[in-house]
Amino acid sequence: MEDGLLYYPGCTLKTKASDYEESAKAVMEKLGRPLVEMDDWYCCGAVQSLSTDDIMHQIAPIRTLCCAQEQGETEVVTLCDMCFNVLRRANTRAKENEDDLETMNEFLDEDPDYEGNVETYHLFEILRDMKDEIEKAVKRPLDDLKIAPYYGCMLLRPSEVAIDDTEDPQIMEDMLELLGAEVIENPKRTECCGSYHTVNRSDIVEKRVEDIVGRAVEDGADAIALSCPLCQFNLDYHQRATEFEVPVFYLTELMALAFGLDIGKEIGMKKHRVEPNALLKEKGYME
Amino acid sequence: MEVKRSEKDREFVDKVEELSGESVNACIRCGTCSAGCPFVKEMDVLPERIFKRVVLGDKEGILEKNTMWICAACYTCSVRCPRDIDIASIMEAVRQIVLRDNVDKVEVEEVENLQDLPQLAVVGCFRKETG
Repeated sequence: MEDGLLYYPGCTLKTKASDYEESAKAVMEKLGRPLVEMDDWYCCGAVQSLSTDDIMHQIAPIRTLCCAQEQGETEVVTLCDMCFNVLRRANTRAKENEDDLETMNEFLDEDPDYEGNVETYHLFEILRDMKDEIEKAVKRPLDDLKIAPYYGCMLLRPSEVAIDDTEDPQIMEDMLELLGAEVIENPKRTECCGSYHTVNRSDIVEKRVEDIVGRAVEDGADAIALSCPLCQFNLDYHQRATEFEVPVFYLTELMALAFGLDIGKEIGMKKHRVEPNALLKEKGYME
Repeated sequence: MEVKRSEKDREFVDKVEELSGESVNACIRCGTCSAGCPFVKEMDVLPERIFKRVVLGDKEGILEKNTMWICAACYTCSVRCPRDIDIASIMEAVRQIVLRDNVDKVEVEEVENLQDLPQLAVVGCFRKETG
């Protein structure tokens, strides 16, 4: 694939997080590295199975890597942080443990054997190496916006799959600065949002959201930027239990805004519970 | 310190170590795991105390606590442990010991706002909490 990037969406990017997919596709097109969806892919399973004897739950992500292999590709890019974490960890296990890879391939049965030659990336790792291109693409700097970056867990932990320093990441800060935004230092930026507890223990998530969003507001943030669809849902949806109304953007939505893309036409921002429109109108980014 | 355990208690310790791939005796009780955990306020026993109970083979004492279910595998403890113990995997091992007895900690009928939830939350929760 010459300029394009082989893209693994995962389930949520096609549904609840379609704003993320839409904005990421638009900005990558502008940057000359379009996302090209895989011919075939499977749900990754969302969480990594941590038991040493549980090879079965490594099969779904490995099967997706097999799909990339069968397309003749050696690199796969994900947008979702949870997919990224699961794919990279399963891949690492396959590459570093010959016996485990053999067992995985026995499970794969009718599929071709996985040879361990595919590398997995998160979109931010690609963007980190495109600083010049990003700077050139900015048409409408976000200099009226104060943004608190939020990383959550899956981009940074455990250490062996981290895309940046586990305690003091800078990748999002650097990108927000390129977009012209004022970066609000966020000491809560690597703390867990409550994750899947949103399903059956939402009181826990509400406390996390109160803490994380509350700190961003206290420090003067107009909005939060992130990339994980589950963090986005939790920080956005569960603000309803708090006094806050802070838009929670995918970083690629802010990038689209800075690149001058038309909100409502070229990208939607349709699935935010906290509507970003009021803020964007107030700051002159929307009519 | 020599810890005397019954054979049943020893079996529990062995199972936790086998499933997690970690050595529970490596823990020095420094409390770093509990200090950094964003969920400790919701736990009825600190992660570090769970360790102590695992070392003692106190299976019944652990299984009545909520700690391993409140742990969301965010790995903050795992990356900060000065003894390089992957505590998240220990928690997973304890969860698995319960779930492999065909126990479900979450039922789909009990989820109130299923239509609102993103797919990865539902898949993740049911993967972590059903047997």
